[in-house]
Amino acid sequence: MTSMLKNRKVLSGAHAAAEAMRQIDPDVVAVYPITPQTPIAMKFADYVNEGKVHTEMIRVESEHSAMSACVGSSAAGARTMTATSSNGLALMTEIVYIASSTRLPIVMNLADRALSGPINIHGDHSDAMLVRDSGWIILASENAQDVYENTIMAVKIAEDKRVLLPVMILQDGFITSHSAETMYTFDDETVKKFVGEYNPKYSLLRTDNPITMGPLDLFDYYFEHKRQQVEAMDNAKKVIKEVFSNFSKLTGKTYNYFEGYKTEDADFIIVAMNSSVGTAKFVADKFREKGVKAGVLKIRVFRPFMDEEVVEKLKNAKAVAVLDRAASFGSHGGPIFHDVRSAFYESDKKPKMLNYIYGLGGRELSVELLNKVFNDLIEFDGGKSMNQVQYLGVRD
Amino acid sequence: MNLKELGNKKIRLSPGHRLCPGCAAPIIAKLALLATDYDVVVANATGCLEVSTTIYPYTAWRVPWIHNAFENAAATISGVETAYRVLKKQGKIKKDIKFLVFGGDGGTYDIGLQSLSAAIERGHDFLYICYDNEAYMNTGIQRSSATPFGASTTTDPATDKKPGKMEFRKDLTEVIAAHHIPYAAQASIGFLNDYLMKVKKGLETKGPAFINVISPCPLGWKTDPSKTVEISKLAVETNFWPLFEVEHDKWTLNYDPGENKKPLMEWIKVQGRYKHLLKPENKWVVDKAQAEVDRRFELIKRRCELDKDQ
Repeated sequence: MTSMLKNRKVLSGAHAAAEAMRQIDPDVVAVYPITPQTPIAMKFADYVNEGKVHTEMIRVESEHSAMSACVGSSAAGARTMTATSSNGLALMTEIVYIASSTRLPIVMNLADRALSGPINIHGDHSDAMLVRDSGWIILASENAQDVYENTIMAVKIAEDKRVLLPVMILQDGFITSHSAETMYTFDDETVKKFVGEYNPKYSLLRTDNPITMGPLDLFDYYFEHKRQQVEAMDNAKKVIKEVFSNFSKLTGKTYNYFEGYKTEDADFIIVAMNSSVGTAKFVADKFREKGVKAGVLKIRVFRPFMDEEVVEKLKNAKAVAVLDRAASFGSHGGPIFHDVRSAFYESDKKPKMLNYIYGLGGRELSVELLNKVFNDLIEFDGGKSMNQVQYLGVRD
Repeated sequence: MNLKELGNKKIRLSPGHRLCPGCAAPIIAKLALLATDYDVVVANATGCLEVSTTIYPYTAWRVPWIHNAFENAAATISGVETAYRVLKKQGKIKKDIKFLVFGGDGGTYDIGLQSLSAAIERGHDFLYICYDNEAYMNTGIQRSSATPFGASTTTDPATDKKPGKMEFRKDLTEVIAAHHIPYAAQASIGFLNDYLMKVKKGLETKGPAFINVISPCPLGWKTDPSKTVEISKLAVETNFWPLFEVEHDKWTLNYDPGENKKPLMEWIKVQGRYKHLLKPENKWVVDKAQAEVDRRFELIKRRCELDKDQ
């Protein structure tokens, strides 16, 4: 299959997001600067001021207003995008929930950064985990290429009439957002055709058919509306698959909720999200060279979380290590571990499972640390007793 | 425009909503929608007007309406208005639409001030109407920065030890005027034509416009619900709430009672929130409030006189 990804470029993750946004050419972008998201906003602002997009940019005074303006714009029927990081996401969280419950297909890039405090500007997933239950679809990106492709697919997923939910695209702050990589992009026309024209079902600007958006909703209807949101997320499971399949026709690649790297016959598998997937693949290859059947399971879709698929991909392994770049204080392990472990409750076949909390505040995840993880899995499978939840690369 | 003409127009905020009898907020909103023939889209900050005019599956709004949250009505309308401009440029929208925001003093003076200030600085084309009932009425009459000196609220109640709020109110209209906004004004439904004229001007203005309207709250002010319009008038006649306009930095006083100025006590004595001020030991509070009202009125008047011949 020939790929339409034919333009070879060297882009950082942030610029890959901005490039996808340029090609999508949304109606409105409302954005506020925060490290490490800033290169997305700055690059896109260049496109706006150079007349390369038709987008109106709202240079707001806070992330709270960024998401608030996005809600207004999307409710008025405009294709709307934004981007943020860390504390910016925390500040807008109130409206992040309102965006999804108002069923507005906003697309947001998130350059993941550790939440304060203490203040830290580097990458971890505590920001994404803060909004894990906000009702947004969450796509994760291993590298700049994924950021680019996920951003384009996000528009189609969000705007599907069966879904109408906002989509967030994760990339690791600095590690991905600021590292230039070789990647491939489509021609503008290909993206334009793929995303198509946005025809909203409702709009505040249809004054001849006035609608009320965001009314008070008490115990007699609120629950039903939340139930509909659950339904929309369930519908998204099917729609995401369709979008993956249509996008495959352009790229020649296959996409899935969980993408296995040498997992089919693997005895030992690392489950990871965002940039650590790349490092884990390198380490898995080194173990393969030593005759160990090692593999990596990459999370592409974190929400909705497909239990059946993760079980299918992991059930034949002897031992699995789930990597979490965020702590979940007071519970057993990190948030991804909770999901993966819980998915196996009904399964007859269960691999042994360890959880590693790693990389908080941007702490490097080295090859040596991942060597330890695979070695742990081998020893754990051999009967050595071990703490199920461990902290990787921390000075205890 | 007179009342008779208004009576023949289509009412765009329907009756049947659940605001209290005598509440000025729906009068302010209904009149604003009557003052213009444009198609409008309304954004509403969280507050009495929002919760009482919509409860799913009902709505009192016959115009497109959006409520997002408490502190972000101005940011929300920024998004709606920007969407309008870009879609109009693309030819997807043909007609002219005006954008109107209603927020209470809590959502405007306090929690929403940042969002409003920024939307004005960015120059979006909208009219923001603040219905100022001088406290957080929706949550049960808590003090706001609009609450006047000496008033009793549930978070700063008048007791034997403390006669209510001991700080003077924020002058938001002046804060907004300091943005060099194309149009800012203060109004009262006790002066109907003045209010309608200001709404028309605000909507015709290209760029941001702001009108601050005194909004008697029978529940919070402990006033007679049938006296809302009279009390709105009294606010102006005592110089407690001066009527003025600021058009591109040109200040105009719309009403000066001159020698007919009523003492502040006329305003105080009809409101239960000031009941404690009628006690002799609290006379100093009334005197201090009166002195501040006079001082602030003179400041505005002086400013308006400076601009008179511009």
